[in-house]
Amino acid sequence: MALKQKLLFLYTASPSLESGTGAWAVYDGTGKETHTTGDSSQPPYRSVLEAMKDGWRVIHIPQILPLQPGLELTTSYLRFEYVLEKMEEA
Amino acid sequence: MPADIPLLSTVQMANFAADGLLRFDELVPEEINREVMRELDAGQIQGHAAPAGALLHTLWPDSKGIGAMLRLPQVEGIIQSLVGPKPLYDHHAAHRVPPKHEEGQLWHVDAIIDTRIHFDIQLFYFPHDTPREMGGTLFLPGSHLRRVHEFDVSRPQNFLGQTPVVCKAGTVLAGHHDLWHCAQPNLTDTMRYMIKIRINPTVRQMLLWDTSDLHDPQVERILARNHGWYGEDDRLEVCNRIRLWRFLTADDRFDVQYWLTRLENQPEASAAQNQSA
Repeated sequence: MALKQKLLFLYTASPSLESGTGAWAVYDGTGKETHTTGDSSQPPYRSVLEAMKDGWRVIHIPQILPLQPGLELTTSYLRFEYVLEKMEEA
Repeated sequence: MPADIPLLSTVQMANFAADGLLRFDELVPEEINREVMRELDAGQIQGHAAPAGALLHTLWPDSKGIGAMLRLPQVEGIIQSLVGPKPLYDHHAAHRVPPKHEEGQLWHVDAIIDTRIHFDIQLFYFPHDTPREMGGTLFLPGSHLRRVHEFDVSRPQNFLGQTPVVCKAGTVLAGHHDLWHCAQPNLTDTMRYMIKIRINPTVRQMLLWDTSDLHDPQVERILARNHGWYGEDDRLEVCNRIRLWRFLTADDRFDVQYWLTRLENQPEASAAQNQSA
């Protein structure tokens, strides 16, 4: 059976992999799970580190970039987006 | 302004500045809700009610449903408090989520990046009971001051503090135009309706509400609210709310916990000048 990718997005409070999860998403390429907006009120993991302990591999770590002059107090998209994967049999 | 129009309080306005949203449960009487449902079924609320920029009070002049809803003193009071007299109709939509629709809409804001501090409001009117299994609109309180573009916020599926509207018929919410939101699945056998109306100000949005509680000590605490989902950005969010509150109250010295005053302290006087002062 082919392995397929399952992605977990965790948006954390700070660049620390131990900081708390504030937003999340699961996109399951195996087709076993279907997720949509509003389907959970608590995150699947409290931190990236907790997800790693459960077997998720971190495949993207957000860069920390200096803010553009004049926009230092402006908030926009969530800055600390971690992408994790598991490969599972479809 | 007629004396019988109940305006919002300062505390309510502070909650709007902090959350980007105010909720009024069962505000619209049942007879108007029923008439709105009839108008929806008859297709009378579809399409543009008037060209964008028309005076709001000219809309649906003979309607005992949606028109009567807009002319309720309580609804007029909400509108007048947030955007002032003689507001303009921007557009509206009668949203339908069909029965057994299992997919939630993606998170989004309703327009392109908007850098104004002036704001429009959107009324979200639920003319029938909306239990959780019927969806309701999912809102993200505290998201309204972020500069984002439409569906660019759609990758996350869930946020701490997201709030689904589960409500009885006649509930109205007033939201800042940039509030993040999405429609939720409707798992029932019945069509779900929600009517959204965007409204523009024509006057400076300054002290338009009932200001008798302007200096209520709750205001600072409300504006310092942490919604949880934005992590260490909480103090940045508070700074943006301070700016909005200064705009709304025309008080350039207003602050919460000294956050902006500290940044604005850029002394130019020499030590000698300072000594002699």
